[in-house]
Amino acid sequence: MEFFHDHKKLFRAAFLFFLVLTLFACILPALDEQKNNATLPGSTPLSEDAAQGKLVFIANGCVACHTQQVRNVDMDKTWGSRPSVAADYAGIHRTDVWRNTATLMGTERTGPDLTNIGARQPAASWQLMHLFNPRSVVKESIMPAYPWLFTMKETPGKEDVVVSVPDEFLDGTTGKVVATKEALQLVAYLQSLKQTELPGDGPVPAFLELSKKRAPDAGGGAAASNGDAEAAKGAQLYTTYCQTCHQSDGQGLKGAFPPLKGSKVVLDDNPELMVNIIINGYTGRMSEGFGAMPAVGTLNNLKPEEITAIMNHEKSSWGNDAKKVDVATIEKFIKSIKK
Amino acid sequence: MRSTKPTPWRAITGGAFFSLHSLPGLTLILVVLLCIVLGATLYLYAKTKEMQRLSKSRKKEFEKTRLAEYLSEFDSTKLASLRTGLKPALPAVLLFSAAFLSPFTSFAQAPVTSASILKEPGMIILMILILIPVLFGIILMGVKISRIATQFRTRQSTDEEEQFKNYLATLSKEEVEEALARREQALNYRPDAHAMTGTAPASDKRGLLHNINTEAALPLTPPKKRAASRPPVDPALARLVVWYIGCAAFWLLFGTTVGEYIGIKFVAPDADHVSWLSFGRLRPVHTNAVFWGWASLGMLGLGYYIVPRVSNTALFSIKKGWYSLVLINAAVVLGSCCLMGGINNGGGEYREYIWPVMLLFGVGIVLTLENFYRTIGRRTTHEIYISNWYIVSALIFVLVITLVAYLPWWQDGLGETIVQGYWMHQGVGMWFMLFTLGIVYYFLPQQLNKPIYSYSLGILAFWTQILFYTVIGTHHFVFSSIPWWLQTTAIVGSVGMIIPVTAGTTNFLLTIRGSWHSVASSYTLPFFLAGIIFYFTGSMQGTAEAFRSTNLVWHFTDFTVAHSHLTMYGIISFFLWAGIYAVLPRLTGKEAPQSIIGAHFWLALIGLLFYTVPLMIGGTLKGVLWAQGRPFIDGVVLMAPYWLWRAIGGSLMWLSHLLFCYNLYRMVAGSALFTRDSSFKKQQAHGVLSRP
Repeated sequence: MEFFHDHKKLFRAAFLFFLVLTLFACILPALDEQKNNATLPGSTPLSEDAAQGKLVFIANGCVACHTQQVRNVDMDKTWGSRPSVAADYAGIHRTDVWRNTATLMGTERTGPDLTNIGARQPAASWQLMHLFNPRSVVKESIMPAYPWLFTMKETPGKEDVVVSVPDEFLDGTTGKVVATKEALQLVAYLQSLKQTELPGDGPVPAFLELSKKRAPDAGGGAAASNGDAEAAKGAQLYTTYCQTCHQSDGQGLKGAFPPLKGSKVVLDDNPELMVNIIINGYTGRMSEGFGAMPAVGTLNNLKPEEITAIMNHEKSSWGNDAKKVDVATIEKFIKSIKK
Repeated sequence: MRSTKPTPWRAITGGAFFSLHSLPGLTLILVVLLCIVLGATLYLYAKTKEMQRLSKSRKKEFEKTRLAEYLSEFDSTKLASLRTGLKPALPAVLLFSAAFLSPFTSFAQAPVTSASILKEPGMIILMILILIPVLFGIILMGVKISRIATQFRTRQSTDEEEQFKNYLATLSKEEVEEALARREQALNYRPDAHAMTGTAPASDKRGLLHNINTEAALPLTPPKKRAASRPPVDPALARLVVWYIGCAAFWLLFGTTVGEYIGIKFVAPDADHVSWLSFGRLRPVHTNAVFWGWASLGMLGLGYYIVPRVSNTALFSIKKGWYSLVLINAAVVLGSCCLMGGINNGGGEYREYIWPVMLLFGVGIVLTLENFYRTIGRRTTHEIYISNWYIVSALIFVLVITLVAYLPWWQDGLGETIVQGYWMHQGVGMWFMLFTLGIVYYFLPQQLNKPIYSYSLGILAFWTQILFYTVIGTHHFVFSSIPWWLQTTAIVGSVGMIIPVTAGTTNFLLTIRGSWHSVASSYTLPFFLAGIIFYFTGSMQGTAEAFRSTNLVWHFTDFTVAHSHLTMYGIISFFLWAGIYAVLPRLTGKEAPQSIIGAHFWLALIGLLFYTVPLMIGGTLKGVLWAQGRPFIDGVVLMAPYWLWRAIGGSLMWLSHLLFCYNLYRMVAGSALFTRDSSFKKQQAHGVLSRP
């Protein structure tokens, strides 16, 4: 064909073909997305600190390992109470004249998703310890340490935020670890990452059911007769929701998170206080230097049988040998607490 | 509502086609098995017919007129055996064994059930299970019958021989002796040792012989063919190409040193506590340096050689080539500094350079595009060789995608994500892959010294690559909140990629066909071959990853990292090395030591496999673990050994780059190209490459 021997026609054709496809596969859908989406009524814009913290997040390339998208699939239920929707990102605009929009959705999950981290782990004390050196709270973590977001002070002032770092992570330096402004801003950003509730009383969009036939619920309260399965479930739930603070050995971290091993609350035959702490959080031991415990049960929508499994795991591990509780009792307590 | 109980595997695979619960899948297997059985039966029928025919023809009388024909088929052994009257041993008689009849009985008992039960997956599985031994039985029977047929034929010929002997006995002795003696004389003929060569001593008066190996010692590595002598290249252009390749090699070494270091950080996260060396900052330094520094400059360098060559004209402007080189280098230097200093564009992968930095790259590309376009405009050939289609289009497309990715008007909210998906995949497919294919369409036929198998297949691959590749970007965001239809389009496009990839691979392999010996005796062709294999497997893996069912397991895991290295390294880098080793000797007149080129090849290849295979295994296991609702940290613990293997593979790859840089030094250092008095005329007078 003579057409192919005319470089002007040939390359113009290739260019136009590509441009038209680009228009339909990228530009028009993108314009459509930004035009037809608005932020949810319940959403709040980032505070000034959080906005600065987001810049710290971007500068350090955190998005390389942390996604911010709850996909519409079963396995992402861990990361949020509902799948992310376009409106969640609608309020994100160009950062400044130099830098593009940062939705920070990410493409790799070497670390956990952070869509809802502000709800899942609201404690600033934990976040700061974790940022100074992740391995001080999560032994197996491979996240980089960010000591340059902290300074060492011999005598911290009143307004200084002191981070209680175990000695082995101080590399022999003396003094107290004090969070810099950037560290506090970054934590403010992390705390601001919460899923906004969808407006109205309509049903929350469910996670995609990828198979019509689901296996029957194997871990419900009725299955308590299967002791081993329940214990395994309790251990898994403990790893997911409790271990980052109270540690795998139940010893907690000195001066930061109290031990559960031999804890009066855990060993008590009356489970009321323990249930209350899981549902509502706890500030009772802050005078001893421990951090405030977030309302883990409520924040993560834990079911009575899940709370029971966690409690029984804690009551029977690390040498603890307390009387186990059953789902019916716990459900009763939860109802009375929530009233 | 939260659910942490293990999710059943079936729930997350979404009923794969070949699962135990998929009726169509099972039925397909059943049908395939039945087809094999049918095929085997037809084969047996044909064999039986043949045997019947043989046994009939056996009864025919021996034809006396066929003496001469028989004699002419005799070799010395047969002749001797005939003379001594030796009788060949009769073949043993074979009986049908009861064992091989038994499958027939089970076949006869194939389940006959009502239609409703037949539809049950369990019943179909049962039938498949029954059919499998039946199938093996039939295959065994086929083998045995074929053996019996052979024996029949042997026996027949033995009988024929016997008849022939009897017939000979009826003839007069002189008659037979004379015929046999004549045949014997013919068989014993041996030509004179000098009949073909003559007696004069050998000499090469026209200088036709090259690459004569005079070494008598046993070499450590097999010697490969040396680069062929070619017409000289304008030294000014040659210097430009060498500089492009030299800069590319620097960025390869720099980028992979960074990559190696961040790979180690997965194993030793506390290796350092310096802000600008932290993982999050170095990761984009690595990816962008190897993308815009190594691969882009390497491709452009080879492009500067190819485009004028296939246009059969001089380059439009060598000066603009230099400007382009400086601008792109500046972009990578500045970009790397910015990233380490914590200045980046907002986190979109491969879009981490801020726009002022990327602008330098863009201007560099514009200069090169103009340069190539005008060179082609004044070509002296009628047609535009396919390489130029790919190369110039890649330059046009990379400008389009960079503009789309950096212009702000469609980047609010999820608009940014859609653009991100488009950008990162078009960067790979429309820039690196398209350009590199152009390079292969030039160098592969050139190194094989034969034309490309099919020009038309190349054109088909060109247009289908544009059609399908452009739409597949959003397959990086399957199940996310971008529109469902857009995700589906991307998945369909990913499947469509089978067409250009198969067309390209077939074209390359069929070009090599008939010249496989050249692959073994060349040091550039193994790089091409590895590149072609990774082109097919890596691209097909991309298609496989795009499906929703596979995305569930592999997305967000290290599988993606393995895939990107399999493609950007296995395809692009191997092709670039192939091109570089092919072109540099003809520019500089110097070759690298073959043993070190070989070491480079094997270290890179083995390193890549050590890098990717563990990550693919670990990534799959991690995805399954996530699907089961296990705690996240379990996945981190699980990956530890696989990350160690990755670091080991990465080290081998890095080592191979050191060797590559050394080879580059050997090919360039001391070349007449860089000495002051070198001039085009002098080069022409001597020929660029001195013959060994």
